[in-house]
Amino acid sequence: MGKYILKRIALAVLTLFLVCTLTFFLMNLVPGGPFMAEKAISAQAQAAMNEKYGLDKPLTEQYVNYMERLLHGDLGVSVKQRGRTVNQIIATKFPVSAKVGGISVLVALAVGIPLGSVAALKRGSWLDNLIMFFATCGIAVPSFVVCTLLMYFLSLQWGLLPTYGLSSWQNYIMPVMALAFYPTSYIARLMRSSMLDVLGQDYMRTARAKGLSQSKSLFKHALRNAILPVVTYLGPMLAYTLTGSFVVEKIFTIPGLGSEFIGSITGRDYPLIMGTTIFLAMLIIVMNVIVDIAYKVIDPRIKLK
Amino acid sequence: MSEYLVEVKNERLSFFTPAGEVKALNDVSLHLNEGEVLGIVGESGSGKSVTAYSLMGLTAYPGKLIGGELDFNGHHINDLTERDFRKIRGSEISIIFQDPMTSLNPVYTIGNQICEVIRLHTSKTKAEATARAVELLTLVGINEPEKRLKQYPHELSGGMRQRVMIAIALACEPKLLIADEPTTALDVTIQAQILELMMELKQKLGMAIIMITHDLGVVSSMCDRIAVMYAGRIVEYGTVDDIFYRPEHEYTKGLLRSIPKLSEKEHQKLVPIEGTPIDLLNPPKGCPFAPRCKACMKVCLREMPPYTDLDEVHYSACWLLQKKEFEAKGGNA
Repeated sequence: MGKYILKRIALAVLTLFLVCTLTFFLMNLVPGGPFMAEKAISAQAQAAMNEKYGLDKPLTEQYVNYMERLLHGDLGVSVKQRGRTVNQIIATKFPVSAKVGGISVLVALAVGIPLGSVAALKRGSWLDNLIMFFATCGIAVPSFVVCTLLMYFLSLQWGLLPTYGLSSWQNYIMPVMALAFYPTSYIARLMRSSMLDVLGQDYMRTARAKGLSQSKSLFKHALRNAILPVVTYLGPMLAYTLTGSFVVEKIFTIPGLGSEFIGSITGRDYPLIMGTTIFLAMLIIVMNVIVDIAYKVIDPRIKLK
Repeated sequence: MSEYLVEVKNERLSFFTPAGEVKALNDVSLHLNEGEVLGIVGESGSGKSVTAYSLMGLTAYPGKLIGGELDFNGHHINDLTERDFRKIRGSEISIIFQDPMTSLNPVYTIGNQICEVIRLHTSKTKAEATARAVELLTLVGINEPEKRLKQYPHELSGGMRQRVMIAIALACEPKLLIADEPTTALDVTIQAQILELMMELKQKLGMAIIMITHDLGVVSSMCDRIAVMYAGRIVEYGTVDDIFYRPEHEYTKGLLRSIPKLSEKEHQKLVPIEGTPIDLLNPPKGCPFAPRCKACMKVCLREMPPYTDLDEVHYSACWLLQKKEFEAKGGNA
């Protein structure tokens, strides 16, 4: 186990290095720059700004400088948000996204797993069809449509919920619904198919032959085997959901990290692009390690190497 | 109340599939005394397993009992609710399955899976159940039982897993053990060991066994009585001697002819039973074996043969026997 974790850390460092390097050169390859706004800025002013942020130096030198600072944990200063470091931006925005995202993941698990299991148990029934209909909708309908519909009915028509900000717990309801819809649907579908598979296994017949009740054999013998695919999906899903969704955050005016991702790219805010990308990559790596370990805990047949 | 441990009278069971009703069991009757071993033989799809599973209420969906009386150890199985059935399963009647590789849950330890059934049916504490599990593993011939309890199924061999399945089945000292082809998935040497173990345990614990198999060698060495099944019917029933030395049904005779013999010369061909089993979705009107039977008569294709009692135990369903009986009584055929 210790050896496995060491190996994963070494691999993570290599992965991060590749992500940094690729992102750095790719974003510089894209035409344009942070100070090319619609309204013309004088060439002199542009040159001065470039000099201030070190963008006038050759690319290789910029890269070396950046990597050196990165090794000390410094993600640099935002080019567009005056006076704020990338570290500060992530530190203030990430908790907001993580809170909404974390609640969404919990909701997705709490709703998706039972729904998928029920659909499998009642396969072919109207209930199964109903659940799978909504699950298909959840996967097919883009989140901006969900957000707009929620807002139109729950706020505009019926006046039940506030439309923007995060000032009270009611504010969380719509963003969480919008964020959780897709993962809930996905988990329900995964759960249904793996549950169907498990229900047909010989050990489920053994459980019945022992005299176990249906609920007991389901909770003890089926669930633990059927949940593995959901755990696999959970790793990347957690990383993406915790870092926030651009669409949902824009629509509900949530000051989260999700809008920074897109904002940094459209604004060519080089340090912020690097910072958010590295942060997401790290989160994905960490989540995957956690998932691997969770796997081992759930299924003793799995060997971590 | 039945005088036997198991009594099945005229059982009919069908699977209601989208393609139509599959008549899996047609008028099956059998009985078994305490401590007796009954072998059920027949080819795939003849209803061997279904007969045994229906005694445990384990008939898979969409199978349904549509007629007959089933009694077991003072319980009238027809009337049992699912809740009552659960109390019997695993305690009074238990089963070992064909494939030990998949019959144990891969994510729980052996100990967990044995203790589960003990604690379900008795009021034993966790420590007592573990002690009983060690006792059971010793009983089924597994060495280092304390260590095995903490192991997972994938860490054991097939033979060992089948021993664990037997330990689970015997945990609550059942009156009846159903063995559904318990050796089919095992190596030949392991097969012999498992069969030996089962006979030894039967002697020690005195439970009755229903042995489902298509291996006639297995039944001849283990069973007191044999039921030969074909297309959802028992075509011949009798003691081991009846079946092996005085077979009356053409199907039984065919089965016996198809056993390879050690005395046979090299390159001698096996004698198969020609043809294929009938389609249970559309069974023919007459005797189900008639299309493959060498002694088939006109009546065989028209009407189902009734059972002919040959002696107190031995009976068979064949028109030839009816004819013989009729002639013996002095009638004119």
